[in-house]
Amino acid sequence: MLSIRDLHARIGARNILKGVDLEVRPGEVHAIMGPNGSGKSTLASVLAGRAGYEVTHGTVEYLGLDLLAMEPEERARAGVFLAFQYPVEIPGVNNAYLLKAALNAIRRQRGEPEVDAFDFLSLIRDKMKLMQMDESFLSRGVNEGFSGGEKKRNEILQMAVLEPKLALLDETDSGLDIDALRVVANGVNSLRAPDRAIVLVTHYQRLLDYIEPDVVHVLSDGRILRSGDKSLALELEKRGYDWVRQEAAVA
Amino acid sequence: MSTSQQDLDAIVGQKYQHGFVTDIEADTVPPGLDEDVIRLISRKKGEPQFLLDWRLRAYRHWLGMATPDWAHLRIAPIDYQAISYYSAPKARADAPKSLDEVDPKLLATYEKLGVPLHERARLAGVAVDAVFDSVSVATTFKDRLAKAGVVFCPFSEAVKNHPELLERYLGTVVPYTDNFFATLNSAVFTDGSFVYVPKGVRCPMELSTYFRINAANTGQFERTLIVADEGSHVSYLEGCTAPMRDENQLHAAVVELVALGDAEIKYSTVQNWYPGDEQGRGGIYNFVTKRGECRGANSRISWTQVETGSAITWKYPSCVLTGDNSVGEFYSVALANHYQQADTGTKMIHIGRNTRSTIVSKGISAGKGQNTYRGLVKILPSAEGARNYTQCDSLLMGDTCGAHTFPYMEIRNPTAMVEHEATTSKIGDDQLFYCRSRGISEEDAVNMIVNGFCKVVFKELPMEFAVEAQNLLSVSLEGAVG
Repeated sequence: MLSIRDLHARIGARNILKGVDLEVRPGEVHAIMGPNGSGKSTLASVLAGRAGYEVTHGTVEYLGLDLLAMEPEERARAGVFLAFQYPVEIPGVNNAYLLKAALNAIRRQRGEPEVDAFDFLSLIRDKMKLMQMDESFLSRGVNEGFSGGEKKRNEILQMAVLEPKLALLDETDSGLDIDALRVVANGVNSLRAPDRAIVLVTHYQRLLDYIEPDVVHVLSDGRILRSGDKSLALELEKRGYDWVRQEAAVA
Repeated sequence: MSTSQQDLDAIVGQKYQHGFVTDIEADTVPPGLDEDVIRLISRKKGEPQFLLDWRLRAYRHWLGMATPDWAHLRIAPIDYQAISYYSAPKARADAPKSLDEVDPKLLATYEKLGVPLHERARLAGVAVDAVFDSVSVATTFKDRLAKAGVVFCPFSEAVKNHPELLERYLGTVVPYTDNFFATLNSAVFTDGSFVYVPKGVRCPMELSTYFRINAANTGQFERTLIVADEGSHVSYLEGCTAPMRDENQLHAAVVELVALGDAEIKYSTVQNWYPGDEQGRGGIYNFVTKRGECRGANSRISWTQVETGSAITWKYPSCVLTGDNSVGEFYSVALANHYQQADTGTKMIHIGRNTRSTIVSKGISAGKGQNTYRGLVKILPSAEGARNYTQCDSLLMGDTCGAHTFPYMEIRNPTAMVEHEATTSKIGDDQLFYCRSRGISEEDAVNMIVNGFCKVVFKELPMEFAVEAQNLLSVSLEGAVG
């Protein structure tokens, strides 16, 4: 589904990604872990098409498409979804309105009929129940005055409504208390499907107690140094990242 | 076709009946302004002596005035002797003969705004401008108003049929000495609208210039007077979202509103005059004086404006709150794109006790546009317990535009409560990326963010107008990002 080959990217003159290789198949959940500044969020941003990053080398193939050649909205319409680490506030723009516009943009792309307000409302109400979100959310501005936890829940709600093929979750667990973490994890787990891949970018193994990954990668200094199963995450939790770096240096 | 021909004749006939006499075809006065020209205008319109005297006093006063220069605007000098102050309805020999001759760009804009087909020809100034559909609409409309006792007619018709109302109210809110442009207007105005809503009457429909028979001949110096008698209620819509063909560069209109005790006037404007091209060439100068007086106790005047057009906008719809417990409101969206300049805002003058005012101003600047909010909240010693709330927000798109805010406050009563909030923000790359990463195109994302920014003002517009205003903003902002 997603093939990243020798990806190099920089911001300004600073090289952040220095040769990332990653293979994600449908139905898999991958966790990308790593210390601060290792390039985790950059990788998610580059995949979603955020401006300000320059890809200097390498390719990204997504469902046979050259992902890097696509505009952010084209990527979204092709089924890529990024759950933001810091969701943006858009005052005055209704939450439900944004989400309906997004859903219809994606449905148009798929050649499906647009949903009307009525159908949309019943759809979103179901998903809101899953995310334990209050009805008042519908009439509020996008992320306007939301608490940290509400913002993250909103991201997963959007994911649930938009039903992406490839979901990138950028530190979705950061800033969540344990109850909110459970709700968010529950939402993500409910979206696991044989035709959907999920890539979690996270700092802590805590999230992985709730969302069990198929593959865990360690990203450090712009490269994936080690990949393994979920036991790797536990080992990282115990021993930190240094040993991975040292072993990589020796090799 | 014979029915259409009859309709056409009917319209032409009506137009003449409403203010013009048949012999004017020949006499367009040459450019220039002096007392003779004013006498001529007054005579052509069959005006009573008091009105001519008033015009002449205004003219003599105007001669001693200078163009105001305090606004944050760059205005090329205007030669007032180069303007023709009276002309018969244009023979329109140079007007397009059919829609095929109209600039395709203009037609594309109509398409985007969803202007009905039969309206496009009229707006584009096509010579055969019979608006067949609206004739019947306008007639039913007049019947309903007449039953309610509401007077709604061209100003020149009011001069003939209601001179006593004019003499009583004209110039009582905006005196002929008021300011350079208002004084000029007082001397030379040629038409406009007059509305009188009798005591206790709730006007049965929104009054719109759209339905005024001669709306196509909007003058350069318009004069509008709306009087809401005790306990009455009226909502007036001015303007049109679609750009109109217009050969006058300078527009200096005056609008006066009078609300007597317990009366309510809601005045909504959507202004979309030609803003000039992308290089800043051409475009309308819009120098308007709009003011309402809440003369009676518990009265209310509410201004809502969406200003997207004109090369230069100089406009401060204001409220004089004379009556105790009266309420003044100003809701504004002003957009300056390309080389447009807007200096707009309001004045709230609190005189009566417990008077309240609300100001919500949303300025959007894009391209090389310059947008200025200028507002005055004045609380006189008599205004015991007065309250004002002002919210003034600016949105910038790109880094070559400007937003400026000049709030003035004069508080002369210690019991007053005045609040002012102001923000300036930029459409963030983050906001755009957020929307795009959800599958929304950049253009739709910009529209969404701008409309969100303006939402509180749009809420004040009548429903249909609000939808049009949203479309208008997106058309006006096309290409502003990216």
